[in-house]
Amino acid sequence: MAKRIEVKDLDIYYDKFLAVQGVSMTIQPRSVTALIGPSGCGKSTFLRTLNRMHELVPNARVEGSVVMDDDDLYGPNVDPVNVRRQIGMVFQRANPFPTMSIYDNVAAGLKLNNKRLKKSDMDDLVERSLKSANLWEEVKDRLHKPGSGLSGGQQQRLCIARAIAVQPEVLLMDEPCSALDPISTQAIEDLMLELKANYTIVIVTHNMQQAARVSDTTGFFNLQGVGKPGELVEIDETTRIFSTPSQKATEDYISGRFG
Amino acid sequence: MASSTEAPPRKNRVPRRPGDRIFAGVSTGSGVLILVALAGVAVFLVTEAWPALTAPAEDIPGGQGLVVYIWPLLFGTLISAVLALVIAVPLAVAIALFITYYAPRSIAKALGYIIDLLAAVPSIIFGLWGMNVLAPVTVDPASWLSQHLGWIPFFAGPPSSTGRTMLVAIIVLAVMVLPIITAVVREAFTQTPQLHQEAALAIGATRWEMIRMAALPFGRSSIIGASMLGLGRALGETMAVAMVLSASAGGITFNLISSENPPTIAANIALQFPEATGVGMHTLIASGLVLFAITLVVNMIARAVINRRKDFDGAN
Repeated sequence: MAKRIEVKDLDIYYDKFLAVQGVSMTIQPRSVTALIGPSGCGKSTFLRTLNRMHELVPNARVEGSVVMDDDDLYGPNVDPVNVRRQIGMVFQRANPFPTMSIYDNVAAGLKLNNKRLKKSDMDDLVERSLKSANLWEEVKDRLHKPGSGLSGGQQQRLCIARAIAVQPEVLLMDEPCSALDPISTQAIEDLMLELKANYTIVIVTHNMQQAARVSDTTGFFNLQGVGKPGELVEIDETTRIFSTPSQKATEDYISGRFG
Repeated sequence: MASSTEAPPRKNRVPRRPGDRIFAGVSTGSGVLILVALAGVAVFLVTEAWPALTAPAEDIPGGQGLVVYIWPLLFGTLISAVLALVIAVPLAVAIALFITYYAPRSIAKALGYIIDLLAAVPSIIFGLWGMNVLAPVTVDPASWLSQHLGWIPFFAGPPSSTGRTMLVAIIVLAVMVLPIITAVVREAFTQTPQLHQEAALAIGATRWEMIRMAALPFGRSSIIGASMLGLGRALGETMAVAMVLSASAGGITFNLISSENPPTIAANIALQFPEATGVGMHTLIASGLVLFAITLVVNMIARAVINRRKDFDGAN
């Protein structure tokens, strides 16, 4: 588990519109990589190219390469469905399936992959996933109640449990705490620090303190100018980005001079 | 009203403009008019059916009482409508899924228009089509069915030589209710939250698995509601059924391909009414009252089911 992702000269297009240009970075396994930057700079777009979710937009495409260990994610004959089974994702708004119970939400991905999993094995996996997501104690007595009955923070942890139940290599998180209160946010941040022992985690966040708290590496995205594509300005160890960044734009952004 | 009169006099009252008053009056009047019309129909049905309800059994056509007269009609109505739904609902769901998730945008649009156009075809045209085109075509398949699948009560035979059978009536009804069901179900599918679709795709669901996890559960109550609306239409359909089925009234039978059919209530009224007099006429109206009650109940259930969708919206 936990693989390295190597991104080289990635350009992201929506039809003819170039949204993000020339991103190269190495995402280290068993670490948290945070992506920060002003709204509309393409950091979420970039995140979604890592598991090919951006392809849901018609005519979206990329140039350049994304390689996970030795597998080219955009190689010929690569099925995006298989990419997404290895690279899980958690979204800005918690999105448990409203018609499913807590148990079924966690089991949803498992049922896709192993159709003939024994009931007891399934129970174990669901329990382990919920424990990993620090949610087990809160829901173990109501596993078969609807997931939509949980609080926002619990729902988000349920979504994390659902994502890690299929044992992905990488976990992508697109502003996972932006709709949560501080207590729930802290629960998720603690969880990230635990999960990075086993997973490669990439998180997009608007909250710079959050990036400073949870990440080992931070990448700063910015627009090249009005109406121009977004770019990766710099990426470095988090401590360095927040103390002595090498680029003026990064310093301006983290010191609150713009954005 | 009460609160505005009790409000302290110094409080500013919103001035009532004439346009508002006229509009409020017109819309209230329209609402009341609907109720009056419905009540009028109900009163007409009950008063006109009353002589038949109270008449001695031997005066009812057939001579064995009202229940014996209406029951085969009711059976024919229900079996034709329900079996039409059995054909139409899966087809409608499949079409809606195709339009929403599989078809290229241009084809989806064209197909949507064609489905809507189907809804605009007058029922008498469907009747003509069923009688003159569909019925002759079914003669050979029907005899094949009775030979090879004759053990199924539906296909017991002997097959009709004209093809004007319950089976054809059911197919025509299915085509007629298809557009309304498709339209409602498609609307539900297009409203499936992006959030839930992405949730399914992000754990590695294929398109079909995403539809099963996100779209179908979300659209389920709409599918049920749409089916009920279709059922309401199929129950009350008159002309198409009257034209396809022969006038001779058969008894209760599940046999769909013979020339002996239980007629439907609506078609029976259309065929018999011009020559009906006295108690016979009142009997037909009594059968109409039964149809009215059933359609009302079906539509109320449909409303209730569609309204229940609000529970799902609360989830996110």
